[in-house]
Amino acid sequence: MNTAVPKLSAEAIPERRSPTVETIRRLLRHRSAQVGMALLGFMVLIAIFAPWIAPYDPIAILKDAPRRAAPCIHLLGCPPERAQHLMGIDGNSRDLFSRVIYGSRLSLQVGIVTITFAILVGGLIGALAGFIGGWLDNILMRLMDVLLAFPSLLLAIAIVAVLGTGLINALLAIGIVSIPIYARIVRASVLSVKELDFVSASRALGASKLRLLFTKVLPNALTPLIVRGTLGIATAILDAAGLSFLGLGAEKPIPEWGLMLGEERNSVFNAPHLVFFPGLAIMILVLSFNLLGDGLRDALDPRLAQNRSA
Amino acid sequence: MLQFITRRLILLLPVFIGILLITFAIVRLIPGDPCVVMLGERATPEKCEAFKERFGLNDNILVQFFRYLVNIVQGDFGVSIRFGRPVVDVIAERLPMTFELTLGAMIFSTSLGIVFGLVSALKRNSVIDVITMIGANIGISMPVFWLGLMLAYVFALLLKDTALYIPPSGRLTPGISLPSLATLWGLGDLPGLPKFLLGLISNSTLLNSLLTANFAMLRDALWHLILPSVAVGTIPMAVIARMTRSSLLDILGQDYIRTARAKGLVERLVIARHAMRNAWIPIVTIIGLETGQLLAGAVLTETVFALPGVGTALKDAILARDYPVVQGLTVVIATTFVIANLLVDISYAYLDPRIRME
Repeated sequence: MNTAVPKLSAEAIPERRSPTVETIRRLLRHRSAQVGMALLGFMVLIAIFAPWIAPYDPIAILKDAPRRAAPCIHLLGCPPERAQHLMGIDGNSRDLFSRVIYGSRLSLQVGIVTITFAILVGGLIGALAGFIGGWLDNILMRLMDVLLAFPSLLLAIAIVAVLGTGLINALLAIGIVSIPIYARIVRASVLSVKELDFVSASRALGASKLRLLFTKVLPNALTPLIVRGTLGIATAILDAAGLSFLGLGAEKPIPEWGLMLGEERNSVFNAPHLVFFPGLAIMILVLSFNLLGDGLRDALDPRLAQNRSA
Repeated sequence: MLQFITRRLILLLPVFIGILLITFAIVRLIPGDPCVVMLGERATPEKCEAFKERFGLNDNILVQFFRYLVNIVQGDFGVSIRFGRPVVDVIAERLPMTFELTLGAMIFSTSLGIVFGLVSALKRNSVIDVITMIGANIGISMPVFWLGLMLAYVFALLLKDTALYIPPSGRLTPGISLPSLATLWGLGDLPGLPKFLLGLISNSTLLNSLLTANFAMLRDALWHLILPSVAVGTIPMAVIARMTRSSLLDILGQDYIRTARAKGLVERLVIARHAMRNAWIPIVTIIGLETGQLLAGAVLTETVFALPGVGTALKDAILARDYPVVQGLTVVIATTFVIANLLVDISYAYLDPRIRME
């Protein structure tokens, strides 16, 4: 690429990097993104290696373990003749540590699956509304407005009321309530791109709407979709935990953090560890996505980042 | 201004109809026969026929929706299947608790959020700033029900015998009960709307104790409200702090701030008169958006602190498949959220005259 400037010394011109490389560099230098990625990487590793990390089956009931026993950690002076339980025993005589470890799998899946669903459906709705316009645009976007008129968790609760309780229904509900944001992003992108000269030109050359969508509109919408999606995963994980906490989501004996908290909420005074650890796990995972989302926003939109630190 | 408010109110109409459409659809979309779903084992063919007749489920769907609209406008939310009493009564009984909790959380989150945001913007990169921002990040990532449980553990168990003890559950200390204002004032047979309003006031611990000058009860109610309000308010507080900080930082970099400083204005006035005036708009937006968070947080937190609010009622109604109650409560919560956003819009117009003109 640089063949046109053979005479100039290499150090005189700043090295040219592709925007992608620039973005990744900015992301890696961003402090909250660093922390976010480290935490998320840690959680992903735990989720992948859960069967090797967890000392017990998360669902198995341990015969000789007293219910709601406090954590027993050999390093911290728990007598070696007792079995080690890093986070104690839950109300059904199961090893809490193993359950928390396995819970990471579920929560990561919940966040990613629901938001992917929301982005796909929302993107489709936004693209239809933007490209076709007219009455369809009006109807679809007013519907999105109405969905946004409900606080997201409450709408999810209402949808669960229709579908019935259960993990899959809870996921569907959270996916549905997340749709409007992404529909709006993609529609805005379609509208802003539609009238540009180079788009009119490629339309005149016979490019189909679908082609326009994938080559012009989506690249344009990618930045807000990635940023909102990352932050959306955080919200989705919190909402899913909330539904399970209320008994409207995951069902026993699934090792779901929100459900674990909900099951043991009445024993917070005599066995606080049963409430503390699952909540801490939720917080760390949600925090990792929030920090990463912040970092992505600053890295993908450097103008904004400069303004923010101005 | 009046014109602006009228226009916004008219724009609310389609949103409100949309909300009613969704709540109407809730019951119609239940998979299976609604009669069997709601009556459960008691559903015999005769009972089902009577049930459908009673709830008008045999009519055309448009007729049903229209009737639903008319009923709601007249304040008729149907009858609870589980309790056999009007849903409006359930609302009048439960809503005040949720309002009090939301209000408490709002006061907690806005006051502290703005102070923290202000301090960290003015002392940028100081220890206070860094701690506030780390705290804000952790704050927005915490499940509200977990925070509630942890607060209950710390203040009700660890600090049990100290002056800092705060009760972990309930609305009033056992033994204290809310007197019914209707009985107290001999207003037992009021018609619809006044009865509903009196019910709301009567079931609000704060209003009730103020009106009956029962200050011991007021103190007790406020005392019980502390932990839930802090739990619900923490996430919004974190968001408001972040917003205040970034919005103020943006403005402090503007030319007119430099001018104000250059002409020798005291820093306090630069901040109060010049910077904050413009920083308010994004802050108010966030406060409005957080109202939804507060309401949702209230639903989860009521379960933690065993408070008789809309949230616990909604949860119980869903688990008991008491759909008229689910419908009614959903309408009420969504309407509250919409009204909160309307108030935010109106306050924009107040804060920024340009918006009024649009």
